[in-house]
Amino acid sequence: MPKFVLDGKEIEFKQGQTIIQAAKDNGITIPHFCWHESLSVSGNCRVCLVEVEKMPKLVIACATIASDGMVVHSASEKALSARNAVMEFLLINHPLDCPICDEAGECKLQDYAYSHSVGESRFVEEKTHKDKRVPLGPYIMFDGDRCISCSRCIRFCDEIAKEPELTFVKRGDRVTIVTFPGEELDNPYSMNVVDICPVGALTNRDFRFKARVWDMSANNTICQGCARGCNIELWVRNNEVLRITPRQNDRVNSFWMCDHGRLETFKFINAKDRVDGPYVRREGSLQKTSWDEALADAAKELKSSRFNRNEIAFIGSPYATLEDNYVFAKFAAAVFGSKNIDFMRHSDPSFGDDILRREDITPNSLGAEAVGIRPGQTGLNFDGIINGIKEGKIKALYILEDDIVSADTALEEVLAKLDLLIVHATNFNKTAVLADIVLPAATYAEKNGTIVNFQGRVQRIKPAVSTVELDRAMDSMSMSRLDKFGSIYDRWNQGHKYDARSSWKILAALSSVLGNKMKFNLAEDVFNEISRSVQAFSGLDYDSIGEHGVQSKLQPLEKIEKA
Amino acid sequence: MAVKKRYKDLTLLQRIYIPEIVKGLSLTMKNMFKPKFTMRYPEEKFIPPASYRGRPVLVQETNGEERCVACGLCARVCPALAIEVQAGETEREKERYPEKFEINMLRCIFCGLCEEVCPEEAIVMSKDYELAFSSRGDAIYGKDKLLTPVIQLQDRIEFLRSYK
Repeated sequence: MPKFVLDGKEIEFKQGQTIIQAAKDNGITIPHFCWHESLSVSGNCRVCLVEVEKMPKLVIACATIASDGMVVHSASEKALSARNAVMEFLLINHPLDCPICDEAGECKLQDYAYSHSVGESRFVEEKTHKDKRVPLGPYIMFDGDRCISCSRCIRFCDEIAKEPELTFVKRGDRVTIVTFPGEELDNPYSMNVVDICPVGALTNRDFRFKARVWDMSANNTICQGCARGCNIELWVRNNEVLRITPRQNDRVNSFWMCDHGRLETFKFINAKDRVDGPYVRREGSLQKTSWDEALADAAKELKSSRFNRNEIAFIGSPYATLEDNYVFAKFAAAVFGSKNIDFMRHSDPSFGDDILRREDITPNSLGAEAVGIRPGQTGLNFDGIINGIKEGKIKALYILEDDIVSADTALEEVLAKLDLLIVHATNFNKTAVLADIVLPAATYAEKNGTIVNFQGRVQRIKPAVSTVELDRAMDSMSMSRLDKFGSIYDRWNQGHKYDARSSWKILAALSSVLGNKMKFNLAEDVFNEISRSVQAFSGLDYDSIGEHGVQSKLQPLEKIEKA
Repeated sequence: MAVKKRYKDLTLLQRIYIPEIVKGLSLTMKNMFKPKFTMRYPEEKFIPPASYRGRPVLVQETNGEERCVACGLCARVCPALAIEVQAGETEREKERYPEKFEINMLRCIFCGLCEEVCPEEAIVMSKDYELAFSSRGDAIYGKDKLLTPVIQLQDRIEFLRSYK
């Protein structure tokens, strides 16, 4: 492999790599604004200027191809003074409005102003003024003053989202960014420009001014918007999810995620219609009750003589974790010997594209099927169960975390025919309001678990929001300073904790009431049993899944369809 | 056994006693006419100097608007976590304003770091030292109690500027 010397350290590179990329692969970061690993090189910010021996002038590390035997200095006197000069130029027209800027705290320009700037401006003239608060699209606000013209957003729209919508106009210090005439920045991936913007020029309209980044905690988890399973971070303050940002995973989502995932997959967590504690139908209306009472009621109803075990059916969920579905399948088989178990497929052809979004809008359909949410040999599948209810052959239905009525409103009349409907639900959705017993399920932000994306990749979800039984410190969620030092008397530490539990925990408890003990203490215990008993997951555990997931032996769906 | 003369035996003058009384009372008389250091609080109020760090307050401009832009630096620097700021958006030129600004006076330690860190000179230490509450809830001061007209704070603002 060819080598070059960077700051006295010999580093290997692949032929054709740029200096900045080779340095990054070896864990050395050369300062940069406009360069981004997965975008084309534009070379206009000039911050990555480095000194290369035997070259007459400084060169930009992002556009200079490394060659064998090159000697590069990124911290020599010449390189440093050039970097300071570039920073001084960039700061000439950049407003000093960090106090009102949402990017403060995660701003590249702010960081570099500390580490690569002289700390004083010699510019006494008036700064330029451009348009502020320009809505470029439904989710993006643009501030022309703050823009440093790095063109990352323009290149993102052209190259990644494949919908050219942004461009530079004018010249010199009047240069600014606009959308093309008649266009809006409204492609399905538009909000990624907020993440890649090195300054606060592009801000998230949904999150604007909601919280300072240093007041929030961030937890690694997986997006639930579709079968892609983009790696994300959930940002939480006062036990409330405030925003989602993507996390790099080259095998799944690279650096990106879609706007649907970013905006629509967390608001239900703190919605007003959350199921807070178990509910049981008494005299026609759902009434809140205690866990013991609700579980005893559920057990009594399930064992009632009104129906035999062939008249009970189970509907699992592609929205629930592997653990939840596994325990659900085990519960149906061990307690009732039922073979009528399946789940509803949710597919939206208009949602899918060839970038990230998938037609399968559920996060775990591959996993649900793999852990046993499929009808037994003589059992009924989903359509069979629905027909069975219509014909009166199925009298009791147990639904796990899936709003099947919203997906198919015709089911509302069908479910009304049931003698008994038990639902695990996070929110009072159209299915939950029909139920006789509603058991409050924890959302994906409130539990540990694993899900399998369309590639057959097993990925971990981790709690970010505490519930009545889940403690921020004890359950190893990341904690902000406010979480660490807040007391019960502080108004900023009184975010509501819902009385909800992971479905597998509810099912294990219910199973015990029905006389069939399940010995699981942690989600990890359930997963270990899955890896022992399900061939596709053999040899896997939470440690090997790690932060970026691991490929299981499950075949991606397309491959099965093609074969 | 010979009677030993005591070292501390009083002199005749001292034994007469009266000159000593006069000496003592003259000191008392002298002090009676000197200026007093105590005051009749609460009828009479102590007005502290500009350097005094009393209750932190928010500066209210003459047009009724607050200077604060809800940047959250005071909340971040506060060693006692007394300050909570929730920002909101306005149509004004400075697009950010504090929708909620609360100082928990039970947590506040009057260190003045919030005043020192403020980029807008929007939170300053006032001369108010009278803080009494009867419940935890009363100790949390919102914008209604914190906003103080800038005229009343001139003294402190000038003091701060003289040390910048």
